[in-house]
Amino acid sequence: MTSTDRTGAATDTLRGGPRRRRVRTGVPLPLLVPALIGLAFLIVPLIALLVRTPWHSLPEQLTSPDVWQALRLSLICATLATAVSLVIGVPLAWLLARVEFPGRGLVRALVTLPLVLPPVVGGVALLMALGRNGIVGQWLDSWFGITLPFTTTGVVIAEAFVAMPFLVISVEGTLRAADPRYEEAATTLGASRFTAFRRVTLPLIAPGIAAGAVLAWARALGEFGATITFAGNFPGRTQTMPLAVYLALQSDPEAAIALSLVLLAVSIAVLAGLRDRWMSAG
Amino acid sequence: MTRPARAWDDRRMTETYDVHADTAPDGLDARLVVDRGAFRLDVALAVAPGEVVALLGPNGAGKTTALRALAGLTPLTGGRLRLDGAELDRTPPESRPVGVVFQDYLLFPHLTALDNVAFGPRCQGATKAEARAQAAEWLDRLGLKDHAGAKPRKLSGGQAQRVALARALATRPRLLLLDEPLAALDARTRLEVRAQLRRHLAEFEAVAVLVTHDPLDAMVLADRLVVVEHGRVVQEGTPSDIARRPRTDYIAQLVGLNLYRGEAEGHTVRLDAGPAVTTTEELSGPVFVAFPPSAVTLHRERPTGSSARNLWRCEVAGLETHGDQIRADLAGGLALAADLTTVAAAELDLHPGAEVWATVKATQTHAYPV
Amino acid sequence: MTRTARRNRRMSQVSGVGAAALLALSGCSSSGSDSSVSASDSASGKISGDVTVFAAASLKESFTALGKQFEKEHPGTKVTFSFGGSDSLAASITGGAPADVFASASPRTMKIVTDAGDASGAPATFVRNELEIATLPGNPDKIGSLADLTESGLKVVLCDKEVPCGAAAQKALDASRLKLTPVSYEQDVKAALTKVELKEADAAVVYKTDVRAAGDKVEGVEFPESADAVNDYPIALLKDTQNAEAAKAFIALVRSAEGQKVLTEAGFLKP
Repeated sequence: MTSTDRTGAATDTLRGGPRRRRVRTGVPLPLLVPALIGLAFLIVPLIALLVRTPWHSLPEQLTSPDVWQALRLSLICATLATAVSLVIGVPLAWLLARVEFPGRGLVRALVTLPLVLPPVVGGVALLMALGRNGIVGQWLDSWFGITLPFTTTGVVIAEAFVAMPFLVISVEGTLRAADPRYEEAATTLGASRFTAFRRVTLPLIAPGIAAGAVLAWARALGEFGATITFAGNFPGRTQTMPLAVYLALQSDPEAAIALSLVLLAVSIAVLAGLRDRWMSAG
Repeated sequence: MTRPARAWDDRRMTETYDVHADTAPDGLDARLVVDRGAFRLDVALAVAPGEVVALLGPNGAGKTTALRALAGLTPLTGGRLRLDGAELDRTPPESRPVGVVFQDYLLFPHLTALDNVAFGPRCQGATKAEARAQAAEWLDRLGLKDHAGAKPRKLSGGQAQRVALARALATRPRLLLLDEPLAALDARTRLEVRAQLRRHLAEFEAVAVLVTHDPLDAMVLADRLVVVEHGRVVQEGTPSDIARRPRTDYIAQLVGLNLYRGEAEGHTVRLDAGPAVTTTEELSGPVFVAFPPSAVTLHRERPTGSSARNLWRCEVAGLETHGDQIRADLAGGLALAADLTTVAAAELDLHPGAEVWATVKATQTHAYPV
Repeated sequence: MTRTARRNRRMSQVSGVGAAALLALSGCSSSGSDSSVSASDSASGKISGDVTVFAAASLKESFTALGKQFEKEHPGTKVTFSFGGSDSLAASITGGAPADVFASASPRTMKIVTDAGDASGAPATFVRNELEIATLPGNPDKIGSLADLTESGLKVVLCDKEVPCGAAAQKALDASRLKLTPVSYEQDVKAALTKVELKEADAAVVYKTDVRAAGDKVEGVEFPESADAVNDYPIALLKDTQNAEAAKAFIALVRSAEGQKVLTEAGFLKP
């Protein structure tokens, strides 16, 4: 132990001590150049969208009630989908991070599957599961008279299906990084495992949950493929902004750009607001 | 023979408890068996209420596993666990009347000191106000009144340790467990906190078990030591007993003694290592012989007319500064550690490889049956 | 100014921004189209080389068959298809996608291409497509007319008004003064049909050809109002074709008696 300290001190002296360390703070070029290319890669298409925006007809485009209807529906559905993801996704993440069970690796892979599945396939899969004729949906229909396709609930389900993996992965990562012994400490104080989760773990991983929720919300807001396949497209009921944008693109690209701009502006406003409030703390 | 640390300053020659908890209905009566792959912990532990027992052992000996088993965080594979007459084997941790002070305290970072302490009473069904009142009382008792509103990261190491103790005590446990309670503290704070902790443990009316690898912590804080090596109890006794009569190299090293095993015949002990040692005790059969490094005298030439009966020709294997003294590791006739002053070391011109003669007076040795 | 030149100028603007990676990507794609140029140049008189055909999704089955036939008749040729919504294809063509022939499902989408000056010569109508009602197999809801679709409780999907089949359906509904509220306006005809195939919708208004292609997964119900909304399919040679001879030959095959036979078997009407 003492010898290590001594060598440590010796190297410091050789390097000229801590004074010398302050000198090199520049970003190395092999990192800076790809970083700037990466930034440009992400930003340039957005700038192009702004450059090509038909500013003169924009006010007219945006005052159309259809736009606000679609935007309102988008915001409501994305928020509900995030809420659904939180209610069932956080416990799932906890299960994956904290409970040893056979086939856990496989289950983890299955949970992330919607990430690689083309959303349209996800939508078809949802139809086959929850559709009127689906393996679960037919019972929902015959027992409770509930049909999910072509409904706003269907939009929420499609969005949650696609967005939840983001939340689960994010929360599971945070849980794995969090010290499980806090839960143990809580149980030695008389807390049941659920109380320990609720009163200790949950507050500890709150930043991770917030980050995951924001990610899921953003994904849900932009969801197109699964939504149009599972919930269809009906203005005011299932036509969210991305659907409106896609269909507008068929005949009126200018309107599509205007709609995209609205979606973009709202997302930036919400994400920037959330980031300041939640994510800087974590 | 491992190299002994600084000779044990036997400060705690207090009265010797001799509690046999297995005859008493109250207290802890446990045999902890935990199998973990190739490792097996099998430790019997009996502790009376009011008694403080330290599990002392090297890293990996199974001390923490034992503690976790007592708390219910690691399931027993065998044995028994009885506290105040009640079986706890199958009781989940949250239902055991056990309080734990964890090594790095594990104070909940999002709660204030007060809410950390109130956590236990709250889980036990107290209202928020009741729990907070109780917590405030505990903090006050531990001298932390002014820090009730502080978050753990604002607390010093010593304060955090006391909050952790208050949190454990607030559940009114019948068994208090402390895992390396002072390990996370720097040397200065440690001295102070050790004294405070000793006072608090003395006041505690139920069973207290602490786990440590630090002999000083163990001997200051505990009434009785249970030394664990490789998952087994190797020695048990009061601190003074253990300090005077170590039975394994590990303990001898901890308490700073040269320790040998041999066969006694009258005043002579024929060591397993080869040479014989003359002692004052008259014994027969297998025995341990121990003497402190400070009892060893070194000579450059073979001493003539020395009264010492124990004389070995050795070679210096290594030298090390030890406070204001020099610790010499000797090999040859007998492997032993010797302490001498810097002046003496210079006069003797000691250097690794030098040939020396070592003597130990019979009165400085201590022999005891195995 | 040719499209290639226009594209090159855009590329140099991009490189001026300094996105070296983007430049490298676009470089790859342009070298691909160069190789097809040399293939057609080597052929003089005799038809060979690649033909790229952008065709409406509803033409997939019949055009794929015709492509095979074409390759067989003219050894050394290769016909590559890009099937999709007519609007998307039109947007791709005006956006500079390399194609030789465009076969659209509506005059409106063909007009986008001709208005942009990307077609060579006037487009010709080669088939027509009629609407039909697709119902569940066996027609359990006893749908017999367009008016039956307006019954409450029936889940009907239409194509979105922005796509040709939706516009045609709307035209037929308007002509018969019917008001139909579907559960969904699907993004294209295949999506509408899929909803019936999966039994999520009870009926959809789609093209006769789509009903034919779906086999026994749906049942077609003809309705007289479909005559009011017959869709013309125009085909045109594109101005930037790299292989005009082969492209013209392919168009000729489509319009020949042979080609018409394949198309009518798929459910199309003769023009």
